[in-house]
Amino acid sequence: MSGSEIFLQQLIIGLSNGMIIALIALGYTMVYGIIELINFAHGDLFMLGCFAGLTLIGLLGLDQAVAGTSGTWIGLILLLLIVPIFCGGLNWLVDRLAYRHLRESTKLAPLVSAIGVSFIFMNIGLLWGGIPMKVFGFGRAAAAPKAFPELVSNANLLGQSAVEFTGKDVMVFVVTLPLMALLTWFVRRTRAGKAMRAVAQDRLAAQLMGIPVDRVIGQTFLIGGGLAGVASVVFAVYNNTIYFQMGYRAGIDAFTAAVLGGIGSLPGAVLGGLVIGLARAFCDQYLETRWTNVLVFAVLILVLVFRPSGLFGSRAKEKV
Amino acid sequence: MAARRKILFHWSFLIVAALIPLIELVVPGNHHIGDLLRPIFIMAMLGLGLNILTGFTGLLNLGVAAFMAVGAYSYAILTCDIYPFRLGFWSATLITVLVGLTVGLFLGLPTIRLRGDYLAIVTLGFGEIVEDVLKNLDSITKGTQGINPLPSPSLFGYQFRPETYQPWYYLFLGFLALLVLVNRNLQRSRVGRAWISIREDELASSCMGINPMKMKLLAFALGAAQCSLAGALWASYLGSSGEPGNYDFQVSIIALCMVIVGGMGNIGGVLLGALVITGFNSIVLETLTNFLKAHQIINSSNVFTAPGNWKYMLYGLALVLMMRFRPEGLLPSKQLKAELHPQEPHPPPPS
Repeated sequence: MSGSEIFLQQLIIGLSNGMIIALIALGYTMVYGIIELINFAHGDLFMLGCFAGLTLIGLLGLDQAVAGTSGTWIGLILLLLIVPIFCGGLNWLVDRLAYRHLRESTKLAPLVSAIGVSFIFMNIGLLWGGIPMKVFGFGRAAAAPKAFPELVSNANLLGQSAVEFTGKDVMVFVVTLPLMALLTWFVRRTRAGKAMRAVAQDRLAAQLMGIPVDRVIGQTFLIGGGLAGVASVVFAVYNNTIYFQMGYRAGIDAFTAAVLGGIGSLPGAVLGGLVIGLARAFCDQYLETRWTNVLVFAVLILVLVFRPSGLFGSRAKEKV
Repeated sequence: MAARRKILFHWSFLIVAALIPLIELVVPGNHHIGDLLRPIFIMAMLGLGLNILTGFTGLLNLGVAAFMAVGAYSYAILTCDIYPFRLGFWSATLITVLVGLTVGLFLGLPTIRLRGDYLAIVTLGFGEIVEDVLKNLDSITKGTQGINPLPSPSLFGYQFRPETYQPWYYLFLGFLALLVLVNRNLQRSRVGRAWISIREDELASSCMGINPMKMKLLAFALGAAQCSLAGALWASYLGSSGEPGNYDFQVSIIALCMVIVGGMGNIGGVLLGALVITGFNSIVLETLTNFLKAHQIINSSNVFTAPGNWKYMLYGLALVLMMRFRPEGLLPSKQLKAELHPQEPHPPPPS
């Protein structure tokens, strides 16, 4: 591989992973935009989505299917429908049971609560891996990473070229780009989206205008969770390995992306996701893999300290 | 009279704690309650360090394990034979505490202006960076092996040995008692009252002439110093710095659990939290697992029946339920309780 081919290859990998990070980051940024809560459990929700997807594959008997056949396509579409509903519903439920009661308390109380939920989710992921199903290795090694079957072909679309651009990369963009467009339309153009923006701007005023604030916040959790569900299916199909501790890592990446793009801003989250995806890919290639996480954290800390409103966003900050 | 009774109460705790290792001498059999209590003492010190930050000053810190790691690794580097320093226990511990103080200042200086939740994330990031750097700089830190072996300390002419636990027990108990005393006095001092007033209302306290930045920085430095002392003692007992993975995010969260479950801002509460949370982990879970295994109720191949596999669920539930129903903790500080339950009428002052 020549130098430019290596660069192009990392560019493709970085953009694809960046789009997945962006989807998770959207969930962070929406929830933060509306109730100023760093939803720490969001990454682990994403992880549970991956496990739900693998379970579904086991139930549908798709683990032996050959990539590219009609069965895998239908399976993929089913996954993309059911897993987001599961994740969105779960996120909504957590808000209903835990965070809703903490709206009037200090800001740190819901954050601590979210950290607790994150631990609960992680533990559920560990136990989930112990379910005696074939896809989980009959539950013999619950904590071990699980293989996610190839639903989309890994064949190179560029023929004999050394640079690999596969059906999986196409799948990532085909799923994520329309979804982001749909989300933008929803937030900008629909009544529910308008209510969401109103609650984000001023919760009390929105309530006085007759907006059912709690329901709107619930919807935000539902949509954010749904996006994490889509991200988990796309991630698992793209990377083919899932394990119960992956949520923490993914959550940090996505949160960094959201902060980088200016937390609360939807386009900012997408841009931030792409930057983080590319930074990870290039760091893996040109520096060392073991320093990649340090790089992401350094970016996170530097942005928070020097530009807390993000690189791209310029939302008004800190209403006293 | 009340104050004297309180002091008597505290002394009785210390005396009971000091008597625990003697049970073994009186009651025959293979007890080692004292042995099991040691990690609780270390975690209690970590909790007290975090309590300065989160409990007194109201700064949520999600990376105290990193301060502990800094302590353990500096102690290891200062005492291990493979490095040129080869200091004794006292001087190494003292320098370690100073290193912790400096690291706290170093982290606090740029980040102290951040608002609560951003500060929490920065401390989390700091914790992860420390863990990764310790892992990756293997020429200095020996990577995942950790720095070892460390010589056992020799204090007042007595040579400590890893296999007899009683001297360690008293060493840790002594340090814990010292820290409790220091924290107690700090809390009542000008500095401690300033911290608490910042927690309650930063704007109002700055109007009263308190410099919040200076006070928060001081909290960072002193909290970090205590956490690194816990790390140094732990390393001296282990005879190793431990591996970087021993100081990961989960340790920070367990420390946070202790402070929150016990009662933020209350020293007795933090000690209770350490006893409940760490004791639950190292005593209850272990005993339960051994009991169930011995009676063949569970076999090791089934993930669901091993109590250890439910540990994080219980920690998580503890955090969620405490926040929902009793945010002031089991043994709350009076001020925090009054703040969190403003609707309750204050009792009439005693006549």
